Amino acid sequence: MSPPTVTGVAAIPPRGGEARTIFQKGAPGRRAFVCPPLDVPGADAEELLPARFRRAEPPRLPEVSEPEIVRHYVGISKRNFDLDSGFYPLGSCTMKHNPRLHERVAALPGHARLHPLQHPERAQGALELMWNLQSALSEISGLPYVSLQPSAGSHGELAGVLLTRAYHEDRGETRRKVLIPDTAHGTNPATVTMAGMEVVKLATDAAGGVDVEDLRAKSGPDVACLMLTNPNTLGLFDPNIEEIAAIVHGAGATLYYDGANLNAVMGLSRPGDMGFDIVHFNLHKSFTQPHGGGGPGSGPIAVSERIAPFLPRPVVVRRESTHRNGRQGAPADERDRGEVPHANGHAPAAPSRTFVYDLDYDRPKSIGRLRGFQGNYGCLVRAYAYICSLGADGLKDASEVAVLNANYLLARLQEKGVVEHLPLAYGQLCMHEFVLSGGPMKRGLQIKTLDLAKRLLDFGYHPPTVYFPLLVDEALMIEPTETETKETLDGFADAIAAILKEAAEDPEIARNAPYSTPVRRLDEVAAAKRPVIRQALD
Amino acid sequence: MLAAIGVGSVREIFDSQIPAGVRLGRPLDLPDGLGEQEVYAHLRDLAARNSSVEDEISFMGAGMYDHYVPALIDMLTERSEFLTPYTPYQPEISQGGLQVMFEYQTAISELTALPVSNASVYEGPSAVAAAGYLAKLHNGRARFVVSAGLHPHAIETLRTHAHGYGMEVIEVPLSDGATDPEEWARAIDGDTSAAIFAQPNFYGAVEDAEALSAAAEAAGGGGSGQAGRRSEAAGGRPLVICQVDPIALGILKPPGECGVDVAVGEGQPLGNRLDFGGPSFGLFAAREEYLRRMPGRIAGETVDADGRRGFVLTLQTREQHIRREKATSNICTAQALNALAGVVYLAWLGRAGIVELGELLLARTHYARETLAGLDGVEKLHERPVIREFAVRLDADVGAVLRRCLQQGVNPGVDLHALTGRAQDAGGLLVAITERRSRADIDRLADVLGAAVAAEREAVAA
Repeated sequence: MSPPTVTGVAAIPPRGGEARTIFQKGAPGRRAFVCPPLDVPGADAEELLPARFRRAEPPRLPEVSEPEIVRHYVGISKRNFDLDSGFYPLGSCTMKHNPRLHERVAALPGHARLHPLQHPERAQGALELMWNLQSALSEISGLPYVSLQPSAGSHGELAGVLLTRAYHEDRGETRRKVLIPDTAHGTNPATVTMAGMEVVKLATDAAGGVDVEDLRAKSGPDVACLMLTNPNTLGLFDPNIEEIAAIVHGAGATLYYDGANLNAVMGLSRPGDMGFDIVHFNLHKSFTQPHGGGGPGSGPIAVSERIAPFLPRPVVVRRESTHRNGRQGAPADERDRGEVPHANGHAPAAPSRTFVYDLDYDRPKSIGRLRGFQGNYGCLVRAYAYICSLGADGLKDASEVAVLNANYLLARLQEKGVVEHLPLAYGQLCMHEFVLSGGPMKRGLQIKTLDLAKRLLDFGYHPPTVYFPLLVDEALMIEPTETETKETLDGFADAIAAILKEAAEDPEIARNAPYSTPVRRLDEVAAAKRPVIRQALD
Repeated sequence: MLAAIGVGSVREIFDSQIPAGVRLGRPLDLPDGLGEQEVYAHLRDLAARNSSVEDEISFMGAGMYDHYVPALIDMLTERSEFLTPYTPYQPEISQGGLQVMFEYQTAISELTALPVSNASVYEGPSAVAAAGYLAKLHNGRARFVVSAGLHPHAIETLRTHAHGYGMEVIEVPLSDGATDPEEWARAIDGDTSAAIFAQPNFYGAVEDAEALSAAAEAAGGGGSGQAGRRSEAAGGRPLVICQVDPIALGILKPPGECGVDVAVGEGQPLGNRLDFGGPSFGLFAAREEYLRRMPGRIAGETVDADGRRGFVLTLQTREQHIRREKATSNICTAQALNALAGVVYLAWLGRAGIVELGELLLARTHYARETLAGLDGVEKLHERPVIREFAVRLDADVGAVLRRCLQQGVNPGVDLHALTGRAQDAGGLLVAITERRSRADIDRLADVLGAAVAAEREAVAA
């Protein structure tokens, strides 16, 4: 069919030609790499590496020149939509602007080219940065101890469930059940299984919060933990959070906070004050580490006093020192959170105390390592730069504007012409995100949430998160973040209204969308049925 | 905006949502925000208090290596189109990222000679743990047998994860720098879920990978108890998991030709910077039969509504957002940008380059090892072939020797005992060679290390 006129501006122009991989380009003998000269005496090949250990044929890597590599990857990059090009209201993903300063500071050789096993005495800047970031995350979460080691949110979750398990085991208790609301992110139940625990689902009440009676009924002596996102994936702060915490603690279980939605409450409410024992942060969400098309991320955890002995090894500590090398200084005091130092001009004239930073491996009750080395330090540098830029007030402003933007967009999408088709699933107001139901749209206009999402691509927008949470029919989960302007929000709301109006006239347009993207709808069923997951090589 | 919402202030929204008892009634106890210039200055000051590989002649390795990262990688990874998208949930506008994953999978399959690769996991040690979880799901057996030649961080990470899913980890010692073949065969039995070794191993030695795989298969057949019965249905043998160094695979017989079921490894040597340990990526490749138990994202080829070639995330029924508690892994955000750097690096090295680089490392490492072993008070820790890293034993306190060398601007490598805590590693030094360490650098290391060992022995004798 011929594509209908597109009213918006497509972010990615359609490109002709069939996709070709780097393995289908180049020619025998072409290359980019020039090997440094062999500057040591030659030795017998068999002596260096006996033939039985040697590879018979070189791996069939591409044979391409540098210009070909650059043109290839720049070319395919243009087949990506990205946050720098347009609005990305992907619910629970917090796609806020990524300041370029962070890339610049992370690339400084003192950070980027620091070996992970460099002796702590020669990595004091990195350890101080980590200490300062721990301190800031501790203050933001209201929990005293922090580990920066987990690699991403789900890795932080795994750390949290293993910590819970270690805590109970240390007390001689075998608790295996983990309560998870049916609105939870999929990583929560997957994590529980990986940690050798058992998922018990909790119902959601009519207001969209945890069903407190269901919680009470299920909170027995076999329950290890409740994993909760607050505000939850419906964008609602649970009004019964204090009662929930009391029930869970009363049953002897721990309370885990999935920090995916922390962007709603920075400087306004703290998981620690709500009664949570363990929190994970998504530095690639709330703290604007760029998402990289699927990582890297970073998932630090903050924990309460009772969980602290079990934290992953090693832990960054600092000692007060009057000695030059600090080795004989005062013992480590992790709770001494210290101040985030001010930069030039704001610094105290002469620090009254000097500190030495170190990695502490002597943690007999630790759950152990979760990965190699100290964590995704490059992500930590960016998150720390972000916190330094915003400061206490700025973080609070960020959350306030995130919530303001979400509620404004919600209001625009609950205007006549839209609300009939896409009503708000729960509540009246929301926190940083909200969930609409596309059920009435599907019944009334004969287009599904997926069709609306695909048609949004023609208007130059990344669609919201779709079909999640699972308990909302034809769900659309929308998170605008604080870094979007009113004009952008209005443009998006207008696009939704236009698509609904268009669907009322001809639903086929949305059903066959998109039209203006590098490829049209892709056959995912065929891809899964007969998986082709690599380029066939000669 | 407030009028459209129907409230008088933002405060009103929060008051309607957050119960009074859990509102933070005070400002966060953090400093005020700073301007861009001030933040830059602060982060630069912190960076200046680190000694990077630009500040010294560094021979540190032990899992992460100072390879040259070509400028085009910086240029490509800083492009908005690669740097700032989310995971490609909308394939029509994510063809760039998905194609990169597809190319990356092709390159890793080719390097490892294993037919299926995912789009990356977090990093090397957690990739080992993820492979262990695959083995558990596959054969349900009770134990992992690991060679002590695995990176100590990988062993510890595996233990942490295995404790979670209820599995035991048994460590097999080395003899002359490589996995002891008799102990290896003795440790593996019908309850062994996976037999795990590293190639080359943590001490730099090239293992006899084929022999280790064959021994694991021979010793791990059959089974006992319930676990054994379940495992017979799943093939009746342990999985052989090999932790590889991808840079060595240009010259080293690939795991797919050595009887290995799953190859995992640290991807940092492939075009990723050191970053004090991360982010990098973990590579994960396997035989075809494990495809549907793989963790993480996998890109697959398909066609669009007009029949044009395109790429999608595929086999998502393995994943947490679909399968929830029955998922093969909980991984969500992984390391897409780092994997991009990896595949661009491999294209840049190319078919000939990866072999040339491997041969250069082999020759320089051999030269460095022989040169250092010729010094008084320095001896080889083992006699096995080495490719890019080797271990020596110093007849002096390693920490003290290192401090003396560092004063000369040379960082001779990693103090083995400090890292592993193993008694037999006392006096051990692990020395890594990259294409950035020239013969002149190696000669300088020999001069400085030789003098430092001599001075330290004199100081102790005095």
